[in-house]
Amino acid sequence: MTPLLRVSGLNAWYGESHVLHGVDMVVGQGEMITILGRNGVGKTTTLRTIMGILRARKGQIMFDGADMMAVPLHKTAHRGIGFVPEERGIFSTLTVEENLMLPPVVAKGGMPLDEIYELFPNLAERRASPGTKLSGGEQQMLAMARILRTGVKMLLLDEPTEGLAPVIVQRIGEVLKKLKERGMTVLLVEQNFRFASRIADRFYLMEHGRMVADFPVAELPDRMTMLNKVLGV
Amino acid sequence: MIFGIPLQAFLGQLLIGLINGSFYALLSLGLAVIFGLLRVINFAHGAQYMLGAFVAYLLLQYFGINYWLALVLAPLTVGLLGALVERTMLRRLYDLDPLYGLLFTFGLALTIEGTFRYIYGAAGQPYAVPKALMGGTNLGFMFLPNYRGWVVVVSLAACLGTWLLIEKTKLGSYLRAATENPVLVQSFGVNVPVLLTLTYGIGCGLAAFAGVLAAPIYQVSPLMGSNVIIVVFAVVVVGGMGSILGAIATGYMLGIAEGLTKVFYPEASNIVIFVIMAIVLLLRPAGLFGRDG
Repeated sequence: MTPLLRVSGLNAWYGESHVLHGVDMVVGQGEMITILGRNGVGKTTTLRTIMGILRARKGQIMFDGADMMAVPLHKTAHRGIGFVPEERGIFSTLTVEENLMLPPVVAKGGMPLDEIYELFPNLAERRASPGTKLSGGEQQMLAMARILRTGVKMLLLDEPTEGLAPVIVQRIGEVLKKLKERGMTVLLVEQNFRFASRIADRFYLMEHGRMVADFPVAELPDRMTMLNKVLGV
Repeated sequence: MIFGIPLQAFLGQLLIGLINGSFYALLSLGLAVIFGLLRVINFAHGAQYMLGAFVAYLLLQYFGINYWLALVLAPLTVGLLGALVERTMLRRLYDLDPLYGLLFTFGLALTIEGTFRYIYGAAGQPYAVPKALMGGTNLGFMFLPNYRGWVVVVSLAACLGTWLLIEKTKLGSYLRAATENPVLVQSFGVNVPVLLTLTYGIGCGLAAFAGVLAAPIYQVSPLMGSNVIIVVFAVVVVGGMGSILGAIATGYMLGIAEGLTKVFYPEASNIVIFVIMAIVLLLRPAGLFGRDG
């Protein structure tokens, strides 16, 4: 499998506080990867640093054969990476449809609007309401849908299931499977272990700002004891 | 007769209130747009309004360029100057305490006004009403000077146009989204720094547009900006910082309130806006149209 994203020796800081201590990871074309780890080990920071939101960083990020370290934030999406933050970032002064249409299309191959509305019928029904009038689950769908429209190659997804009802979590799982069929590469941060095990190809385990283990989903049963101990679940 | 006041006087002051309100609305609209996205309280707004009037005056003096062309060229010039100031200076202050932006624009206002005062003195330069708008129309119940009618109509159109630009266009949706969360909008691939420059330029251009409109009414004076800007800040406080529609509606409302006070109790007309501001701040600290603060 050709690597789409290769991160080596990535360090990052929030002001004085050193958060990432040499992250190494490789994500292949079309892979669905989940980063596991306790709260505060740097999972969200890893996504924000790859995206280029956090600029106090050192190391190497190669995406699609190009060095991303010097690419400014507003050009990152045009290189083919899309980011869905944990807080979802739905805009209250924009309607559902305006939220959906907001991110510029960066490449061909994005999901057309009618297909998006087919996949997320709730969004079509409520297209004229203010974005934040949607339920938490619908807001998560909207946050994902608007990135799918843009034609990015890779999706950075931060805790999409957080605080959502089981039936919605299941729905998000179905959407992610559909994305995978379309060849989308996904890097997912997820606390919901059971959810992640159903959709991911491979896992990274993160501790103290670096990756400490990397294994395919098939090895999950053998590693359960270790993971339960490390994750404290 | 209305409440013992002759109808003529009442309507006359109502019109003056509506005209002042037009300027308040145009100026507070620009301030609100700039504050919404840049989080900068633009103290140079009065100076940029004055610059608009002066550019129109200078264009006429030195190049014989008439009012109608000046109405386009002056806002464009001042808007470009504003964009340049944002790009080279204001931009460096975004990461600092908001007080720095306020101090910088205040200093900028003093510098611009001081320079023009040095060259032209404090006295106003006359700017003639354009030929097509000279004279007046008898409406039956009152005499309406054509130019004043034009000011009310065109400023209302400019306010409406700006509102439509922000609420109904793609550019406007970028602007609204970036007002809420600039980092996320930038991560979507939108060049937010350019959006900030554009917004400051548009805000300055609106101020200059108001300045050209004001030139034939108030004369062109280096002090015309500082005379009006204090009231405009009161308008923005009453309307609610960052609310577009609030800034427009409050501008007209307070202009009319000021005009009507001149009819019923002239002594209070200079302070009525500040009294309203104090009451609004007591009862609704976020302003009439502001979101809870």
